[in-house]
Amino acid sequence: MNAIEVLGLRKTYSKFELNDISFTLPKGYIMGYVGQNGAGKTTTLRLIAHLLKAESGSCSIDGLTYEKDPVRYREMIGYVGDSDGFAPDFTLKNIRGICRNFYPTFREKQFCELTGRWKLPEKKKIKEFSRGMKVKLQFAMALARETSVLLLDEATNGLDPVVRAEVLELLQEYISDGQHSILFSTHIISDLEQIADYIFFIENGRKIFCETREELQESYLLVKGGLDDLSTGQKFLIGVKQNDIGFEALVKTDNAPFLSKSCVLEKPSIDQMIVHMIKEEEA
Amino acid sequence: MKVVLSNQSEFPIYAQIREQMKEQILSGQIAEGTVLPSIRQLARDLGISVITTTRAYRELESEGYIASVQGKGSIVLKRDNTVLREQCIRQIEEHLREAVVLSERIRMTEEELLDMLKRTRQR
Repeated sequence: MNAIEVLGLRKTYSKFELNDISFTLPKGYIMGYVGQNGAGKTTTLRLIAHLLKAESGSCSIDGLTYEKDPVRYREMIGYVGDSDGFAPDFTLKNIRGICRNFYPTFREKQFCELTGRWKLPEKKKIKEFSRGMKVKLQFAMALARETSVLLLDEATNGLDPVVRAEVLELLQEYISDGQHSILFSTHIISDLEQIADYIFFIENGRKIFCETREELQESYLLVKGGLDDLSTGQKFLIGVKQNDIGFEALVKTDNAPFLSKSCVLEKPSIDQMIVHMIKEEEA
Repeated sequence: MKVVLSNQSEFPIYAQIREQMKEQILSGQIAEGTVLPSIRQLARDLGISVITTTRAYRELESEGYIASVQGKGSIVLKRDNTVLREQCIRQIEEHLREAVVLSERIRMTEEELLDMLKRTRQR
């Protein structure tokens, strides 16, 4: 069964349109939802979480739609967003109380374990929390419930490298039973470089591709060369960036033999891939 | 069992896992009948994606090094099993052919070549 099924999601704002977004994420896997600022990542995640209402299209979590059982649907989703919705004067104690009453599957012991491990202050008010502390708090709330999927919207922004690594480990632990899945939006792609199974790339509200990360990294090569190398097989180059001393572009692995022999070929990072793909889109 | 991955390596991660496991299976460091960590456990321990470890195991399976047994996991197969042996023979043949081509290029005699083989075996 698929953990998340999204079909033809659409949402229009005056200056932005999220257009016909579809994908499926099988149970037990992590998908990176990648794109530039303003590409539509947050809109998509909020539509899936039903924090926004879509104009058309549908989505289901473990086969269940929001329309069928809104309470259960919400219960299955753990959402960690970029902005927090905490009341500024609350303390950890208030938050525990709310979670206990609001979420039937809230495991207080686990929550306290996480907040303790991350040294979140018991007495401080939320408004005095740093950005990193607020993110940790959101993660603790999401991980202490029995959810099926985590929707993480730029969630590792503002975390120091140590906690970031710790969170990534927790995420892998979360999916390790094969029953839980994660949709993870970010523009810090190094987070995803290794743990993501699938990469969805969105640009200007449209899907550019959705593939397994392995396939993606095998189907393209980064090519660098001098300007005199440009004329050979130029039509195979994707998103060419050039200056006075040379060029850099992406090429489909299958097309690499058509390029000039003096070009240098490398395995691209996802970052590099995306930079050139966006360049190609804009051209 | 030991797997050490390098991000700087020219080999993809799944191939690094495959080759390192193969080496340890062939050398006996991973004994026949050993139950390997599950695909998901390995992904978690190495901090890599499930699809990557799945691919490494699948290739080890198709090359006859391991077998997946329902409800038990992936098990290391007997080392001298015929599939493995045939595969090694094929690889040896390939390398020998290469050696012959090279020896012809520098007009080495058959005797010299055989001599070299013997010396290499004694080393």
